[in-house]
Amino acid sequence: MMTEPISEKEVAHVAHLARLRLTEEELGVFTRQLGAVLEHAQDVEALQLDGIEPMSHPFPLENVTRKDEVGGMLDREKVLDQAPATEDGRFQVPQILGEQP
Amino acid sequence: MSLITPDSFVTAESIAEKVKSGEWSAVEILDKYLSQIEQHESEVHAFNTVLEDEARTAARETDKRVAAGETLGPLAGVPVAVKDNLCTKGIPTTASSRILENWKPPYDATVVQKLFTAGATLIGKTNMDEFAMGSSTENSAFGPTRNPHDLSCVPGGSSGGSAAAVAAGFAPISIGSDTGGSIRQPASLCGVVGVKPTYGGVSRYGLLAFASSLDQIGPFANNVRDAAIVHEVIGGHDPKDSTSISEPFPSFLDGLEHGVEGLKIGIISELMGGVEGISPEVIEKTREAASVLSANGALIEEVSIPASLYCLSAYYLIAPAEASSNLSRYDGVRYGLRVQGETLAEMNINTRTDGFGNEVKRRIMLGTYALSAGYYDAYYGKALKVRRLLAQNFDEVYSQFDALISPTSPCTAFKLGERTSDPMTMYVNDVCTIPSNLVGHPAISIPFASGNDGMPIGVQVLVPPMQEALMYRIASTLESAKSDE
Repeated sequence: MMTEPISEKEVAHVAHLARLRLTEEELGVFTRQLGAVLEHAQDVEALQLDGIEPMSHPFPLENVTRKDEVGGMLDREKVLDQAPATEDGRFQVPQILGEQP
Repeated sequence: MSLITPDSFVTAESIAEKVKSGEWSAVEILDKYLSQIEQHESEVHAFNTVLEDEARTAARETDKRVAAGETLGPLAGVPVAVKDNLCTKGIPTTASSRILENWKPPYDATVVQKLFTAGATLIGKTNMDEFAMGSSTENSAFGPTRNPHDLSCVPGGSSGGSAAAVAAGFAPISIGSDTGGSIRQPASLCGVVGVKPTYGGVSRYGLLAFASSLDQIGPFANNVRDAAIVHEVIGGHDPKDSTSISEPFPSFLDGLEHGVEGLKIGIISELMGGVEGISPEVIEKTREAASVLSANGALIEEVSIPASLYCLSAYYLIAPAEASSNLSRYDGVRYGLRVQGETLAEMNINTRTDGFGNEVKRRIMLGTYALSAGYYDAYYGKALKVRRLLAQNFDEVYSQFDALISPTSPCTAFKLGERTSDPMTMYVNDVCTIPSNLVGHPAISIPFASGNDGMPIGVQVLVPPMQEALMYRIASTLESAKSDE
């Protein structure tokens, strides 16, 4: 029997890194499905590509900077208006550190 | 059943001309499309939002400006449907995801602004696969779109709503985004024209990013000329998009009718049976398209793009890798859904777990894995090298050929639910369209024939970067051959 391309343990780890929670059942399904995609990707994995420069982007890119001038920008209230929670003109989030606020 | 009626379609160009001359009113035009929506939208579900009131206000404004003798743009009074991953100020923009269900952007995408400047009327926001991940529009959190040619079939995806809207006569033109074929494949399945422009040719400011080195925005239309007109409207340099090309493109409309005499056009042999799963009738119809070009004076030869055999695998490593990074912004802090949690991390996890659908989760995890320590070189690194090989293949071929043709989709529209159980069977739908995204080249799908099932078959024309004028010329030749049938 072939070894599975990806294990349930690895999928659980990846889910944690991606801030996703999986049920036991989902873990099994996703492991099988990701395994199928990675199995297909073995054609690429098997290629001998030494000396080929990786290409992360279609065309050569140069960093683009604008002039250091104040321009039009989005209104703070309109931006905050779409946030789930705000306080004093800022985004509000739940407790970050261990101690109580 | 089919919703297609022979008299549903007027060109966008003629609408704009007649609105500008005062012969037709923009409101009258809009009402015609709104009534088609009212009759059939419940069956097709092309839209997430229909903007009846906003559109009517805009159309009235257009008519007032015409009456006042103002000069209007090339899309005056033309209703346009826009994919729901393009920001529209104050109008819900969901990417068909629960995580953005109630989000109203505080700004318009550049493309949307340009459409408004050209006089177009925004008629609605179209359904799509969640975050543009899919090839059937079945991954929408708000239910699938159906193919207007046969309601039991998918419209393709991810821009299935935009393709179906044009095919059903809900709008004469629409806008989509194409990361691995998401404009061209649904265009092929719905029997309309769909274009993926040169990477950097159309500003992506205000497009909800999926895979930033691949995403490009483009038009759908009922004919090649309308597609070229819309492309000219939405294209051009934008300082707000750092990948935007600053050199001007030659006009897409000049020389559109010049034909293909003397052009050297290659048929990509790998996509004519080399890769598995391309249906014999699609291959046969693509050969017919080649014969048409040959009869019109083009020199046709089979050419090989060897790296295209590995594109599907490379794409399904690169696109998820970029998506895993791009979608990390949906964390319940600044916009969209928040599902409460005791701590910040718990809130992030709760929000993302409830807010994303399964395909999005699959791709985020696949991308996270492909980028993770120990696997980066084997997967993502290798995929980027395949991409380089592909670019070299295209460069070599284009040193001898002006353009290439291939199928757009390996098959005609399939039934809803037929390919949802196994992700790989869905992914292979993109096999003919992915190469252009990986190298950033433009490509078009033109409806050319019908399959044995009566469903549309599109043919794809590929050209080197910034050669869209040539692409539209070849497409136009194929289009006139089709209408001669």
